[in-house]
Amino acid sequence: MIDMTNDSMISIQGLGKSYDSGHTALKDVNLDIRAGEILALLGPNGAGKTTLISSICGLITPSTGSITVGGYDVHRDYRQTRRMIGLVPQEIHIEMFETVWNTARYSRALFGLAPDDAYLEKVLRALSLWDKRDTKNMELSGGMKRRVLIAKALAHEPRVLFLDEPTAGVDVTLRRDMWDMVRSLQEDGVTIILTTHYIEEAEEMADRIGIIRAGEILLVEDKDQLMQRLGKKQLRLHLQDAVRELPDSLAAYNLRHTEDFTGLIYEYDAQSKRTGITRLIADMAAAGISVRDLETSETNLEDVFLTLTNDEVPS
Amino acid sequence: MNWRGVLAIYKFEMARTFRTIAQSVISPVLSTVLYFVVFGTAIGSRIDTVQGVDYGAFIVPGLVMLTLLQQSVTNASFGIYFPKFVGTVYELLSAPLSFFEIVLGYVGAAATKALMIALIILVTSALFVDLHIAHPFWMLGFLILTAVSFSLLGFIIGVWARSFEQLQLIPLLVITPLVFLGGAFYSADMLPPFWEAVTHLNPVLYLISGFRWSFFELSDVPVGVSLMAVTGFLALGLAVVWIIFKTGWRIRS
Repeated sequence: MIDMTNDSMISIQGLGKSYDSGHTALKDVNLDIRAGEILALLGPNGAGKTTLISSICGLITPSTGSITVGGYDVHRDYRQTRRMIGLVPQEIHIEMFETVWNTARYSRALFGLAPDDAYLEKVLRALSLWDKRDTKNMELSGGMKRRVLIAKALAHEPRVLFLDEPTAGVDVTLRRDMWDMVRSLQEDGVTIILTTHYIEEAEEMADRIGIIRAGEILLVEDKDQLMQRLGKKQLRLHLQDAVRELPDSLAAYNLRHTEDFTGLIYEYDAQSKRTGITRLIADMAAAGISVRDLETSETNLEDVFLTLTNDEVPS
Repeated sequence: MNWRGVLAIYKFEMARTFRTIAQSVISPVLSTVLYFVVFGTAIGSRIDTVQGVDYGAFIVPGLVMLTLLQQSVTNASFGIYFPKFVGTVYELLSAPLSFFEIVLGYVGAAATKALMIALIILVTSALFVDLHIAHPFWMLGFLILTAVSFSLLGFIIGVWARSFEQLQLIPLLVITPLVFLGGAFYSADMLPPFWEAVTHLNPVLYLISGFRWSFFELSDVPVGVSLMAVTGFLALGLAVVWIIFKTGWRIRS
């Protein structure tokens, strides 16, 4: 999982968190997040995504393990690590009675930075909040409030940005805007970690995808590799008669039997020039196996996600 | 030290005060004026002097103390409870601020506001009675020490509270009775011996007594004991806050 060719921005080792209630939210999480990447953490509700983020940001104290950000320990050198991190929480938590402008200025000062109105103006403009700068937060729409949360997180020029379910309950325009913003932040070298349960979001945005379930990281993989693995198509052949033994002439196709032996499953790469389907059908006919019907299906991230999060950890 | 962060919290809290100026300043001043009218004028007209001091003037230190304690506790408890309640506490916890800096910001602002109101009340009362302050330096010293210690207490209450009801519980059920029974409107030696002894168990007696001494050089307990008491509260408050932050109690799970 650790890629030595890339600089690690965040390194998590043996991270565990158990609450007093006895609930174990994270168990032995090991994860390296590369500088400048967009990592999407996918997982069902209650999988431990927020707990993981909260541990890195200092909102909760982990029970075991260690976390470093930019080489600094989040516990011992919290000033250095927290200065580097911006956090956009899942829920809308903002100072209701303050104006957008004051909220952003407050956030910047809280992180110990000198005022920089030109920078804040840039942030607010990028988030389409500039016209609303003198509006009180309570008077903003839900989507606008979420933009304010992002402005707050960016106010201290973080090197790492956490977006916890950034597009949950957000309309299409804002989602697109957010994705554009995340990409431009990445161009500036910001490392971005987003949690989501929207697969399309992970597909659209991420360089790497991590899948988390019941407090454990099941898989972290480059999105392209994952998609390639997932890009396989399946040809399902329904047979006239059940076949239990396949002739040697079909061995090269790596066919799998269906449970009741009345069907065969052939996996092929949809992107390649030769799928081998024509040859397979011809070879089957030659072997005297007749096909009653056939169908093709495509696996996607969702399938893998569901398999991984419902079933056992794959070998 | 993240001074900018401390200052940001301080200014944010002070801005909240000025935004709610009516509730923050006018209402304590109004209620103090009412106390004055009722206790000072109506009742005071039947009591000549207490230990040689005009009754109207005698109750001034008690009134100021009453407001100072209530304001310190309420401001500080609300200041930290509100971010917990609306969820903005996440930013405070993820900011590069030590616990000491967070306390400095919140308690500093709460104490400042309480002191401002106490001084306003002092000035207001000067309109009603002839005030003479024997030891202005000590008077201010007692005010500041008391404001800081009780703002710490308020901060602790704000961290502890899980509802607005709990937030109001201690100021209402503990602080106010202790001030009333701590000699705000009378001298402890006016009580029967048994109740006088009981009164000495009330920590607020020592605060009011020391504060009153700085005005009239009259006190129920020696001023040194008062000074020790208020320093003791301060130390206790600091110790509890330190433990809270060391363990993350009700703040950082």
